[in-house]
This record gives sequence, structure tokens and C-alpha cells, in this order.
Amino acid sequence: MGLARLPGRLGVKIACTVNGVAREAEGVWEGESLLYVLRERFGLYGSKNACEQGECGSCSVFLDGVLACACLVLGGQADGRAIVTVEGLARPQELHPVQQAFLEAGAVQCGFCTPGLVVATHDLLQRVRRPSEAQIREALAGNICRCTGYAKIIDAVNLAAGLVERSPRTRAAGSEFVGKGQ
Amino acid sequence: MRVGESVRRPDGPAKVAGTFVYSSDLNVEGMLWGATVRSPHPYARIVGVDASAALAAPGVHAVLTHRDVPGRNRYGLEIQDQPVLAEDVARYWGEAVALVAADHPEQARRAAQLVKVEYEVMQPLTDAEAALREDAPKLHPSGNVLRHIKIRHGDQSASADVVVKGEFEIGMQDQAPLGPESGLAIPDGEGGVDLHIATQWLHVDVEQLSRALGLPPEKVRLTMAGIGGAFGAREDLSMQAHACMLALHTGRPVKMSYSRPESFVGHVHRHPGRLRYEHGADRDGRLVYVKARIVLDGGAYASSSTAVIANASCFSCGPYRVPNATIDGIVVYTNNPPCGAMRGFGSVQNCYAHEAQMDRLAAALGMDPVELRLRNALQTGDTLITGQRVEGPAPVAELLRLVKERPVPSPPRGAQIDSEQRVHTAAGAQGQGGGLDLTSFPGGVSNTTHGEGVKRGVGYAVGFKNVGYSEGFNDYSTARVRMFVRNGRPAVEVHTAAAEVGQGLVTVQAQIAGTELGVNDVVVVNADTRVGSAGSSSASRQTYITGGAVKAACEAVRDRVIAMARAELRAPSGLHIENDNVVSGTGKVVVPLATLLGDEVIDETREFHPSQTFPLDPETGQANAHLQFAFAAHRAVVDVDTELGLLKVVELATAQDVGKAVNPQAVEGQIEGGSAQGLGLAVMEEIQVKDGVIRNASFTDYLLPTILDMPPVRMDVLELGDPTSPYGLRGVGEPPTISSGPAVIAAVRAATGRAIDRVPV
Repeated sequence: MGLARLPGRLGVKIACTVNGVAREAEGVWEGESLLYVLRERFGLYGSKNACEQGECGSCSVFLDGVLACACLVLGGQADGRAIVTVEGLARPQELHPVQQAFLEAGAVQCGFCTPGLVVATHDLLQRVRRPSEAQIREALAGNICRCTGYAKIIDAVNLAAGLVERSPRTRAAGSEFVGKGQ
Repeated sequence: MRVGESVRRPDGPAKVAGTFVYSSDLNVEGMLWGATVRSPHPYARIVGVDASAALAAPGVHAVLTHRDVPGRNRYGLEIQDQPVLAEDVARYWGEAVALVAADHPEQARRAAQLVKVEYEVMQPLTDAEAALREDAPKLHPSGNVLRHIKIRHGDQSASADVVVKGEFEIGMQDQAPLGPESGLAIPDGEGGVDLHIATQWLHVDVEQLSRALGLPPEKVRLTMAGIGGAFGAREDLSMQAHACMLALHTGRPVKMSYSRPESFVGHVHRHPGRLRYEHGADRDGRLVYVKARIVLDGGAYASSSTAVIANASCFSCGPYRVPNATIDGIVVYTNNPPCGAMRGFGSVQNCYAHEAQMDRLAAALGMDPVELRLRNALQTGDTLITGQRVEGPAPVAELLRLVKERPVPSPPRGAQIDSEQRVHTAAGAQGQGGGLDLTSFPGGVSNTTHGEGVKRGVGYAVGFKNVGYSEGFNDYSTARVRMFVRNGRPAVEVHTAAAEVGQGLVTVQAQIAGTELGVNDVVVVNADTRVGSAGSSSASRQTYITGGAVKAACEAVRDRVIAMARAELRAPSGLHIENDNVVSGTGKVVVPLATLLGDEVIDETREFHPSQTFPLDPETGQANAHLQFAFAAHRAVVDVDTELGLLKVVELATAQDVGKAVNPQAVEGQIEGGSAQGLGLAVMEEIQVKDGVIRNASFTDYLLPTILDMPPVRMDVLELGDPTSPYGLRGVGEPPTISSGPAVIAAVRAATGRAIDRVPV
């Protein structure tokens, strides 16, 4: 394998389905990850490139229905497979309930981990309709968030699972605002 | 959409849908990819660079070295000491030496490996104390001492009945924002460049870039791209100048996006430090004096080290009344990775030390640690060790009481805790059927204990720091607010250059405009350099300073609207705007805003300048150097498997005064997330540097708190109101990161009886 095999030359050809749409890419360098193919060849930048090492879960996608880190899958391995990314969860102009729950619970700050967490939460709720807190923590242990401290992510999963009444202001259990002055 | 409401983030829908455009998502037809050639040595003379093999490689369009830097090859936030590309010397492992642009990122990466740099390796200076020695090699012409802060407050020869001493070491922490350093530079064909970039301060980037690129500032236009977290890591330039150089050289758009390992050398880190303390108190526990020597390792270049050491020194004693203080804060150059800003900014390192000392003092006095803190707690009207009087609320005692009064969390399910704080499994509670939840013990799902060897510990800490830039810095922000009619309805556009790093500043700006202008359709447009500087999204300052600018610009717009209404309608005074209408003092609609405005666009720009601060006296460190102070307290509860050394943080309780919670949900998010970063430094996060080389530059080896590591955060949020700030607000972002870690360490000490004088534990 040499530099001659890089794009525009003798690379691999991939044909797969992404979010229900047939996609093709030619001249893919053998070393390209599925994450790179999704982002830079198909323009689906929702799957995020935070560690590209399978540690942070930011690039979580469904590969033939199985939760996977797109950074750990070679582009070539996606040939003939069906992939669903965060962009494929919602209908246009309408958020998926999991996405809505992340928004309402305040589980989004910088948002770089959010697509991966949304996909992983979707996977959890498909398997376990009413997860316990321990189940939530275990299921999302592969998704790193640097902003939120995870409290509102747990709130969001509970909200999405319909376990928590919807309220205009969701709050960490036990929090109080003591208004004084002003 | 008003101040005080938990308004949803306007950028939220795009972020959850995966369509929000971060700096690493940028792309344009025909763009090239940039890569960086970096020094494999922490200290080496660069003898020569041979780019011929790289230039001949497929897809390669350019290889650039320091000779290609069009302007002055220096940048830096406080001191311009850092080359855009190393010239004759590389001073740290991973320093940028050359650049490559190619069609495909893999071509660029491989071509970077083909650039032959001949080095003459030198012995790196990697110990901060060694760098201070007279005979140490000088790493910069100015010597190795970057800054020495001296604070001499009160009686310098004070003595006390009870004296405790301690020495503490803090590891190097990484901000680890999930979004990598990245951006897209597009040449304009007329010698200028447009850079789309994720940065904390657009205008300070422009200042440094125009100097390095040899271009007037108006030819370096910056547009904010989506920011995947910052926490201080995006204060300094990373790939900005490099991408612009490649774009200007090739005439093509150039994208650069660091891999995670490259990110670890591509931004500065939290300073590691050694802190030596001596506390003296009377027999009632009143502090008589504090002496401290704080040495921070600044690494190879200055970054914001000179400001970090000022903070570490000014807040070295914690939020306590200390009548006599002798503080020496020193930050030095070494050949370690450069250090600079990270959330907490100098007040994190010293909090570990002063809080350990307070616990040590309490033990020496036979006093409850919280009682000792209460006895010395800073309050309004007290004087800091820098001579500055604390104006406005300083509820240190109340914060401590609130965390202490919180109910103590339950033992692990199926277990009990005895009077010696040992965890026992209840009789008959063995195994899964017995109600014992093994995953709630230290070791978690590894099932390493049924409770044997596990002890519970409780610890407290309180900390504080400044809000806004200090020491006489001209801190200000600019906001442009436009009001006009769109689709028959009044609309407001808010435009600032302030960085939305995730904290929720876009929401806050919209809330302020909604509150001040009574208009429902408020849009905060993307930040860029077409509007004046907003200052940095740093120092917990943006809601205060840019919020103040938005408020001022809104007031100017409102004044014009009201004047228009009064002139056109001969309306009485006492008019205001509410729900898209101009209304009278009694709330009666006088005229719909859309009718009043017609085609008129009301366009006002205002700067907000908070009150002035002053430089520290170089000999005594005395001055009114700071704008505002922010306080937080934490209580940590931990379970430690004392046989295996495994640790579980069971709960964090915290209390913080935020003055006014402009967006309560966002305030909670700052407190929970900030507490998590503090916990990270206490128990797991450290950049391992050996002989100047980072050994763990990946998320596999640099451990970050996961959802399994982070306990629930119980919080009390006070809104005491600062009479001098907009809406009475107080900076929120940093205090939670200061005291959470020291509380965890205090709890681990309580559980284990060990001294623990180094973090992470």
C-alpha cells in the first residue's frame, strides 16, 4: 500500500445505505474510517470526530442496527451495509423524542458529544423501555461529555423514557434556588 | 424570553439533530488539508529542514517553514515569545516546525513524515525548581522566571500559637474539549484571508494573526465556527496562523483539524505546581498568618502564565480573613508543554493547598473543620491579602453551612455504615437476591468488594476567584443591536463577537434583549469580527461584560423607540415596550411596535466597560486588582476500598452565589459540569510528562470522568445580587471547578487517614 493508492487513484468503492438512502463512494483509501466517509464523502457531519479511537462515543452510529463507533469501522467494511446516523433519527423539521428530551432537560452545552449520546440513548431505549439509573449509566459509559457532568443527560434519558413528568423547568433532584435580594 | 427564565438554547435543535456546524465540519469545494510537522524532541537545535521528498509526494501543494512566515514570527497572549513555526530551536515536544498542504488529509500526514528536519538534541530542562537555579540554562533571553508575584500583607514577622506546614503537588490537567482544534482558511484573492475558526476571543486572534501574517487587521477577517468546548484551551492560537499561511501561499482554501493526540500538544494545559504552605493560628482557631511559596511550571512559552500566577497568588489563602500574609508566586519557563488558561485559572491549584492546610489546622486544634472555616470565613467589608476590600455579598459562611446541612447520602444499597465509617453489608444482604447492589461499591461493575475494606469519608472545601480580567486590563465588550420589522412583526438582532463555547451565552444574550426590548422575535447572529471586540469567553466574564454591552445597546435602541413614539404620537412619558407593543405606564397599548417602526431600522452599538482595576504593586502585591469575586463550597462524600485503593465519589453537594441566575437551567449545567472537571483533577486526570514528553496523549490513556464516575450534584444556588453588575449577576462558570476536587481529596483523607499531598490521587 503506498501513496499511489490515495484518493483519485485505485481506492476502494463503497456502496451502502445511509439513513435509508443508497450512497456510493469511489476512490476511498483503504485506511479511511467509516466516520471519515460519512463526514467528508457523504457530507454527514453529525457523527463527531472527538477522539477517533473508540473512547468517547461521539461518532456512535447504527451499523445494521448495532450501535458502533464509526471511527473504529473501516469505510470498506460498510460496503453493503445499512447505516443510521444521528441525522437519520428524526423526520425533517421534527425532532425525535430523544432529541427533544436532550433539549428540554438542558443536556446540551457545547453539543459535541450530543449526537453520539442521542444515538446511544436511542439504542438503550430500544432495548430497555424504562431503564433504571444504573442501566442508564452503564449504557452511556462509553460516551464522554466534558461540559455537563452528566446529571442533565440522565434527566434527558429519563424524560425520553417517559419516566419523568414534562415540566417547563427540569432540575437536578434536590436542587433549590434560594432567591434573596434583587 | 426573559432574564431569570430557563429558556431553551437557540442552537439546541441543530445540536441535537447533528446539523450544527462545528469548526471541524467546515468544508468547501476544492479545499486542501493542512498538517503540521512537530518536533519529536523537547529541546533541540534545528540545523536544517529538507522538504524535497515531501514536496515530491503525491497530492502535496506546499511545505512551509518559519522562512515562509510573512510577518513577525512571534505570538502570545501576554508576551509575544512563541514562534508560529520554530526557527533555530524547538523548546517543547510537539512544537510546530513546518506545515504541509495536500489534497487528502492522509497525504498531508504522510508528507509531513517525509519532511526531514535535522535536530541537534539538547538536554531538556523539565523541572521547575531546577529552572530557578542560577546555573540553569536560560530558555529565553529574559531568563527562566516568567513572573514572580510578591504579596506582603500585614506584619511580616507575625507568630502564632499553632502552626501547621504542608507541601502539595498538583499534576498537569488537560481541558480536553471534545471538539478538536480546527478551522478553514479561505484566501480572498486580494492578499487577505477569511478564517472560520472556533476560538474564545476572535479579536485577540486577529491581533496576533495580522502581526504574524504581516497584514493589516482588516485583511484578516474571522468568523466564529461552532465550538466544541473550550475551558481555556482555545485562548491561545493553535492552527489559526498555520491554516492562513497555507491558504495565502497556495491560493486555495485550507482546512486543518487536529487528531486527539495532536490536540494534546496543540493547546496549553493547566499548570502543574508545587505549593509550600505554613499557616499560623491562635488557640481559638483564628488565622494569624499564612506564608506560601507557589511554583508553577509554565512550560516552554508564556501563554497566559503571568496572569495565572497572579491569580494563584492573590487567592492563595482561600476566602478567609488573613491579617498577615507572605506569599511568593513564581512561574517559570521549562521545556515541558506550555501551560496557560484552564477553568479556575490559578485558583484550582492553590485551593488544594489552602483547604488541606485548613483541615490540618483543624486537626491540630481538635476543632471541627467546618467550624474552623466558619470562624475565619471572609465576609463583606473584609480586606483581602492584596489589600482590596470586599464589596458586595461574600457569603462564605452561608455556603459552608448550606453544604454541611445537606442530608448525608445513604450507604450503598443493602449496606450499613458504623460509627467508625466502615461500610458493612447487612445480615442476609449477600448476593443479588439479598438487595445488595454491588455496582454501587467502589470498583463498580467489576464487583471487587461486598463491602469489606470499604470506608466512607466526608470532606469540605471552599474557594474563590476573580470574575473578569484583572490588574488594570482594559476589559470591555461591544454589542450591536438592531430593531426592525420583519414579516409584519418587530424583530431584534443581537450581534457581538463573543464566543459561545457551550456555556449558553447565545441564550443569555437573547434573554437580555427580550427583557430590555419587550420583543418576542430575538435572534443572536453569529459572532464575527465585523463588530467590535467582546473580550474573551474566559474568567467567568461574558454574561457580566458582554451581557452588560447587550443591555446597554438595547437601552439605547429602546430610548430611540420611546422618543419616536413620544414625538409621533405626542404620547406622555412613562412609555415602555411589552410584547411587541409600545405601552403606557398603566400597561395600555399605545401603538404596535411594527406600526411605529415601519421601514425604520433602529441600529445601536455600545461598549460596556466595567469599573477599573489596578496593577499589583510589584513589591507588596497590594492593589484593587480585581473586579468581582465569586465563591463556591463543596462537600464530597466518598467510599474507598482501603484494601484495593479503589474510590467511588458518592455525592457532591455544593452551594454557590450567582448574584442572579439569568438562566437557572444553564447555571445548574455550569455547576454540575464545573464540579465534574474539578473531580477529574482530584481522582484521575493527569497529563503524564516524562523528560518533557507526553506519555498519554489520547483519550485511551488520559482518563476523563465518565457517567459512571460522576455522582449526583446536590446544589443550593444563592441569588444575592451584586449592586454593581448587570441584573446583580456574578460570574458562574469557574467556582465549581475550584472547590469540588479539594473536597473530594479531603473526603479521601478522612476515609483513609492518609496525608495525600499530590493530585490526582
